[in-house]
Amino acid sequence: MTTYLLRRMAFLVVSLLLASMVLFLLLRLLPGDPANSLLSVGATPDQIAAARHQIGSDRPLPEQFVTWLGQMATFDLGTSFISTLPVGPEIASRLVVTVPLTLLAFLLAVVVAVPVGFVAAHRSDRWYGPLLNGVSQLGLAVPVFWLGMLLITAFALYFQILPAGGFPQDDWANPADALTSLALPVVTIALVMSASLIRYVRSATVDVLDSDYLRTFRALGSSFTGAMWRHGLRNAAVPVISILGIELATTFLGAVVVESVFALPGLGSMLAKGIAQHDYPIVQGVLFVSTFGVLVIGFVADLGQRLIDPRLRGTLSRRAR
Amino acid sequence: MNVLDVTGLTVKSADGRALVSDVSFTIHSGARLGLIGESGSGKSLTALAIMGLAPAGMTVSGSVVLDAPGLVRTEVVGAAERHLNGLRGRAATVVFQEPLTALDPLMKIGSQLAEPLRRVRGLRGAALRTAVIAALEEVRLADPGRIAKAYPHEVSGGQRQRVAIAMALACEPALLIADEPTTALDVTVQAEVLALLDGLVSARGMALLFISHDLAVVAGVTDDVLVLKDGVAVESGNVLDIVNAPRHPYTRELVGSARQLDGALDWSPR
Amino acid sequence: MSRASGPSTTRRSPTLVIGCVLAGAIVAVAIVSLFWMPFPQDDTSGGRLAPPALPHLLGTDKLGRDLLTQLMIGARIALTAGIGSVALGGVLGVTAGLLAGFATRWLDDTISALLDILIAFPTLLLAMLVVAAREASLGSAILAIGLAMSAIVARLTRVLVKRVLAEDFITASRTSGTSWPRVVIEHVLPNIWPTLLVNLALQLGLAVLAEASLSYLGLGAPPPNASWGRMLQEAQATVLTAPLGAVAPGVVLVVLVVGVNLLADGLRDVADPTRRRRR
Repeated sequence: MTTYLLRRMAFLVVSLLLASMVLFLLLRLLPGDPANSLLSVGATPDQIAAARHQIGSDRPLPEQFVTWLGQMATFDLGTSFISTLPVGPEIASRLVVTVPLTLLAFLLAVVVAVPVGFVAAHRSDRWYGPLLNGVSQLGLAVPVFWLGMLLITAFALYFQILPAGGFPQDDWANPADALTSLALPVVTIALVMSASLIRYVRSATVDVLDSDYLRTFRALGSSFTGAMWRHGLRNAAVPVISILGIELATTFLGAVVVESVFALPGLGSMLAKGIAQHDYPIVQGVLFVSTFGVLVIGFVADLGQRLIDPRLRGTLSRRAR
Repeated sequence: MNVLDVTGLTVKSADGRALVSDVSFTIHSGARLGLIGESGSGKSLTALAIMGLAPAGMTVSGSVVLDAPGLVRTEVVGAAERHLNGLRGRAATVVFQEPLTALDPLMKIGSQLAEPLRRVRGLRGAALRTAVIAALEEVRLADPGRIAKAYPHEVSGGQRQRVAIAMALACEPALLIADEPTTALDVTVQAEVLALLDGLVSARGMALLFISHDLAVVAGVTDDVLVLKDGVAVESGNVLDIVNAPRHPYTRELVGSARQLDGALDWSPR
Repeated sequence: MSRASGPSTTRRSPTLVIGCVLAGAIVAVAIVSLFWMPFPQDDTSGGRLAPPALPHLLGTDKLGRDLLTQLMIGARIALTAGIGSVALGGVLGVTAGLLAGFATRWLDDTISALLDILIAFPTLLLAMLVVAAREASLGSAILAIGLAMSAIVARLTRVLVKRVLAEDFITASRTSGTSWPRVVIEHVLPNIWPTLLVNLALQLGLAVLAEASLSYLGLGAPPPNASWGRMLQEAQATVLTAPLGAVAPGVVLVVLVVGVNLLADGLRDVADPTRRRRR
């Protein structure tokens, strides 16, 4: 386990390095000098050179990369071209919206998907088993932003019981207000996320229901419920946990889009604005932080899977089957 | 007293095909019966139907009566699940064919074995731990302490099957159903596990329903056999009578191929 | 225990049929739009937010453009984005996957590690990155979605190739002197394409959704191209006064994606009948 932990950590670090390199290169090598966004139309070559020098885009790429990496490592994410404010603190203030949004949506999705997926598998012979399947099939095809629009229309515009968007100026000073403004976005993301989760839970449950060990313990006198609690749950959890990391990352992405639907001041709307304004430090900073998050989630998910499945301990390649 | 009384047992699949048709037999307390037939003949399904564990979607009809000492005489077919839970394990239990998948892959062997011990004998704590080790010793597993701490994938197939037997015995059943208990094992291990099973069933005076496709193996363990073909009982009687004078063509075929195999083995230079 | 196998007659999979009908309908609309549309793309003669009535069957949007016309153009754009990304992602992914599958240990490890990292970059983030570096256009969206997809396709191809190469008939074929290119053409590709095809169909649905998301965020095909995602974004403000504009593009989007997903499921059933019972 320790060896695995070390090797997996090494992989995490290398991944982070490579990912930052990709991030850095993509934004530097493709056409368009970042300095352009500092300048007005018709700037003189001198002004351009000065601007390039100011942000360092006239130096060789490897040098730029190392400088940039050093800054990232110390959480100095540069300053916005547009607002000239430091990016780091701005990201931190936006995380206050995005992280709770992602986690709440993810939790709700799991809470919805686990029982529904179980019932869809366990009761596939009743009328509601196939129905639940059909609904999850539909959920996979619904774009998250459209669902958000429909929910706003129904609950904010028509029934007027929840706000259509926005977030309290004082963030979480009044938790009830903050939660109210997150309610619709959370439900939006959770519904779409649970659609794909339900399918995983269902397939894992089918495997457990078909399993020989469940039959063994029933033949020894365990009740169905008892055998499911003691043996089924854990075995079904293994494949589901293995995809939870990816699902959490996808939830985060859902948050990025949904923030735009609900005008939430989170990381997603910051990124969208940064891209539209070619504000590279903003784009790089947000993508760096989110990639970091996604890679760390993957790391934790892998470790969790290993803790729960003794068959994986002692082997390195998780896909070797 | 009959531990098991099966009358006109019929199992139909979801699309209405009869997988087991009108099978009847009885097992006296302490007696042994072999159930023989090739794969797909409905042997395993019969075992599951006796336990009230036929797969979802299948319909079971006829009568299966379990009557174990100290337990209420019960008609299994159509019985409430809650009632069967109290019966399974103690009246009858099963040792299944595939010892790798028959154990929970994520749980230590000791904890799995502790489950029936706790439920049936009501043991807790240190007494439970001692009983787990004793149960592993009883199936002649060397180093029971290590086995108890191991996961199923960490021990050999023969060891896993011994664990499965120990778990079945922990329930102290009146009837043990052994469903091809040695088929998945290496030939050398097969004989050991078979001898172990034979000895333990004798020592405890349990009734045994032994299911196999191998007439030679069945002949070594049981006195009476029932031959199953395509879900229909084609012949039954004393195992020696059947080997010496098979009446049904299918039985003749089985005996013939068993003889041939024996002949080939005798013939081969060792 | 032997489970009796179902009737072995090749029944036509109902999922496949429904999928073909749904996706086919959208494809038909897109093809028709190439030859005929109710109104020219930028015809604003109908007045703003007109309710459904002749000659504007589905009404008009806030600029007075015919909604049906926009939806038809949208079908074309959605399919272009989907098919374009799958073509790009498929070619890149299968090539990289074959390379990794056949490569020596260290090259395989390197490619696999790179793929893992690329996959850790979720599609949409990668797409945003490309759009940030280039500019918002249909081409950027296709490039971005195709790149992200290629990593997933490559990883799948690699696993499939490894599995086929471990089979005995490959060894037999190699021993009898068949060259590697012939092994690929005669054994590897025929064995992996059914699974690949199913996966590419699923990816097509995801690509259509990703393009819609990008367009909604204003990072897809710029106006006057009518992408369903951007149509929804534009109709968001007038959802109560002209609900059809905020509903119709979503509905056709769902129809297309459900159709493609069912098509993939149906293909999987046909390619691998043993899975039919479970999923």
